Amino acid sequence: MDALSRYEPIIEDFEGFLAACERPLPTTVRVNPLAVDPDRAVEALEAEDVAVQRRDWHEGVLEVDTGKPGNTWPYVHGWLHGQEEVSCVPPRVLDPEPGDVVWDSCAAPGGKTAQLAAEIDDEGLVVANDDNLGRLSALRGNCDRLGVTSAAVTNTDARRATFDAFPDVDAFDAALVDAPCTCEGTIRKNPDALEGAGKSASRNLGRLQADILERAVELTRESGEVVYSTCTFAPEENEAVVNEVLDRTECRLVEFDVGLDSSPGLTEWDGESYDDSLELARRYYPHQNDTGGFFAAKLEVGR
Amino acid sequence: MRDNVSREFDRLPATEADREVEGRPSREAVVDWWVDRFGVPEDTFAEYTFWEKGAGKVWALPFDPGTPVPVEALGLKILRTRQEHWKPTTVAAQRFGREATKNVVELEREQAETFLAGEEQDLDWDGDWGYLIAAHELAGGVEPIGVGLFTYGTLQSMVPKGRRREF
Repeated sequence: MDALSRYEPIIEDFEGFLAACERPLPTTVRVNPLAVDPDRAVEALEAEDVAVQRRDWHEGVLEVDTGKPGNTWPYVHGWLHGQEEVSCVPPRVLDPEPGDVVWDSCAAPGGKTAQLAAEIDDEGLVVANDDNLGRLSALRGNCDRLGVTSAAVTNTDARRATFDAFPDVDAFDAALVDAPCTCEGTIRKNPDALEGAGKSASRNLGRLQADILERAVELTRESGEVVYSTCTFAPEENEAVVNEVLDRTECRLVEFDVGLDSSPGLTEWDGESYDDSLELARRYYPHQNDTGGFFAAKLEVGR
Repeated sequence: MRDNVSREFDRLPATEADREVEGRPSREAVVDWWVDRFGVPEDTFAEYTFWEKGAGKVWALPFDPGTPVPVEALGLKILRTRQEHWKPTTVAAQRFGREATKNVVELEREQAETFLAGEEQDLDWDGDWGYLIAAHELAGGVEPIGVGLFTYGTLQSMVPKGRRREF
């Protein structure tokens, strides 16, 4: 937990935060609305003696009282996807419309891709990209299992992505950059998450993250929206990245609220100050909603 | 006639008359097959473009991105053609089979579990032979599980190995 001590000045109830980081995560699933409505999924789970707790902020997020939701009929039918509660936040924040062309720049293993497809009612196109060939099979497998028809899977470096594969598309309506990160916020499910974490790792990743986010802004149409998210607490990978892209491109931060408790983004850290609008970004800490940790910022493209 | 290039996604021709690639099924033939075989509504695929990648594998996408498309996956793989009996995929049976009105066999609980385990079983079915959609009752509705091949009084499960379960 030493890697987390540098966050003491920015996290309210730091003891509560550390205690939450040491507790295991509740098992949650997201109901796939392309296949079923959440009430029926709950009924089917309860018929198999799996107790279910619903969440107020998202009708499809269920806490399930089983370690193996994959061994249930609802899962077999593609009604459920094992997805951590807080990782359901970014697609909800992006909130694309049916018919939109959406970019999921770092898409594997595909839980958020399938959620984006659900957000557009599976009408339109989700370009689901990942640069890691080894992770594409999980991405394809999850989209397939969930009956997603609107996803096209690509394998490119997001920093250099183009529309070459889609000659009729000249801009995305919306883009999600759920960036590769140090994953500190996954400490509750992955005890090794803090190995290698720290300021220097975060600064290195920050360059890659800013390049991907910059590309997403460039590829998104005027007034289109881009969500940047990570599962880490490190400001070098969060506010600093967004601040950099605010400088490099024409875009601005916009406010959002998905209905979970959160803290505002930072406007200063480690001797650096960021644009005041960074307070519109949201930080989700484990002790606020009994979830993993997450960061999300929503950008609107244009002046 | 061109040969099929199996590593890229190429658009299906609208009709047989538009066919430029040897052996490629037409969009019309694919839609008719679903309607004839399973009685799905005629407009089920109205918003979809159809693509072939590999030998006879047909993919459906609710978008028109131009052609051809050099990507890893394009929509959902729904059908295997270029063989005597066209075979729907498990995921297509699940995704589009809910609206099927023909060649759907509703299994009892134990039969459904046997099917999901990937085993074959005797079945009292006086309908067509060939590929059927196997379904069962779940939480107030009939839900498709996957594709079964019915011949000589036996239902053979086509559930792929990685998706089989034993409850």
